[in-house]
Amino acid sequence: MSRTTICKSAAEAVAGIEDGATVLVGGFGMAGMPIRLIDALIDQGATDLTIVSNNAGNGDTGLAALLAAGRVKKVICSFPRQTDSYVFDGLYRDGKVALEVVPQGNLAERMRAAGAGIGAFFCPTGVGTPLAEGKELRTIDGRDYVLEFPIRGDVALIGAHIGDRAGNLVYRKTARNFGPVMATAAALTVAEVSRVVDIGDIDPEVVVTPGIFVDRIFEVTR
Amino acid sequence: MTIPAPLDKNELAAMIARDIPAGSYVNLGIGQPTLVADHLKPEAEVVLHTENGMLGMGAAAVGDEVDQDLINAGKIPVTELAGASYFHHADSFAMMRGGHLDVCVLGAFQVSRCGDLANWHTGAPDAIPAVGGAMDLAIGAKNVFVMMSLFTKDGTAKLVPECTYPLTGLGCVSRIYTHHAIFDIDAAAGAVRVRETFGISMSELRSRVTVELA
Repeated sequence: MSRTTICKSAAEAVAGIEDGATVLVGGFGMAGMPIRLIDALIDQGATDLTIVSNNAGNGDTGLAALLAAGRVKKVICSFPRQTDSYVFDGLYRDGKVALEVVPQGNLAERMRAAGAGIGAFFCPTGVGTPLAEGKELRTIDGRDYVLEFPIRGDVALIGAHIGDRAGNLVYRKTARNFGPVMATAAALTVAEVSRVVDIGDIDPEVVVTPGIFVDRIFEVTR
Repeated sequence: MTIPAPLDKNELAAMIARDIPAGSYVNLGIGQPTLVADHLKPEAEVVLHTENGMLGMGAAAVGDEVDQDLINAGKIPVTELAGASYFHHADSFAMMRGGHLDVCVLGAFQVSRCGDLANWHTGAPDAIPAVGGAMDLAIGAKNVFVMMSLFTKDGTAKLVPECTYPLTGLGCVSRIYTHHAIFDIDAAAGAVRVRETFGISMSELRSRVTVELA
């Protein structure tokens, strides 16, 4: 019997997320954004959340709605400012949400490190910039590097295309983005998919995220 | 070749496209650098990388082609070319940080004579900082080309002895394409050489840019 749970509702998929949790949220803009799971998280009520995502919400839906509901104390992201990030912009300017800006490659690699059991890594990105201030530097073979630490999630909420009952996932086009990395980096990984299929229906050669990284799957019915 | 007037943005994009070797893997930054794609010749088989996880990106999508799962780094719907591939973010940034991309073209607020780049933050106290993939591209691509106007609206040169805006990367820019001139930067020597000028004399260029120009 698969350890991965196929959830009957979005509420079941986000059950147990606690106040103060660090939640990794997939998506780049709206592509790959697990909208139904975020809506369910708003209904579920967890608050004081730290959200790790590439952006800080678009328009009034998804992350923006979670922010507007006042559930987020901190956002760790690479690119909060967009043409339609007015919800975040307002909260940030009013001092109601903290922000840690992380270069996009570090955001991905810090979660990859968490998922892979890496304690920290030296990285050339950001050397000599304000984002490296206060961080340990080392010169290796003549090049300067900054020490970066993993970002672990209590929960990852990601979007994928198809999942099977064993938790294996495939993605669709650029909606893949942070999903496979976040799936490895959280204690509890929940995937919102367009379709759930039986075990054996996904060719093992095309599985992108193996089921070992996926705890719960929720199929979005249209 | 003598060009009597400054280049317009499309002529500038064409100049950059001309200098990208056939078969290169290239990342075009958000904004004006995306115009370079319009001037790449299909037979050159330049492969465009977009940091949200794709190689072989095609033109902007129109009409029925629009698919919200297929967007570029600027979140504009795009198309895929034959031979395209998709990958996750850690792989995408390994392509940058691991030195696998041949060229990236980025916009800039300022570039220093040592090739330091400032393009992510004005440092204004009320600005919301947002860095995206700029720092990773700056240190990762084999050749970092900057596409920018040479002068701000008030006429101040953006090629400077030292950047005053917060830095994106140190000593990373190798060439600057502007509407008035193209510059090569020797980052180690802090030396700037003018490759071509457009509608401006060397003496006027020297009088308006406070960096020594060879």
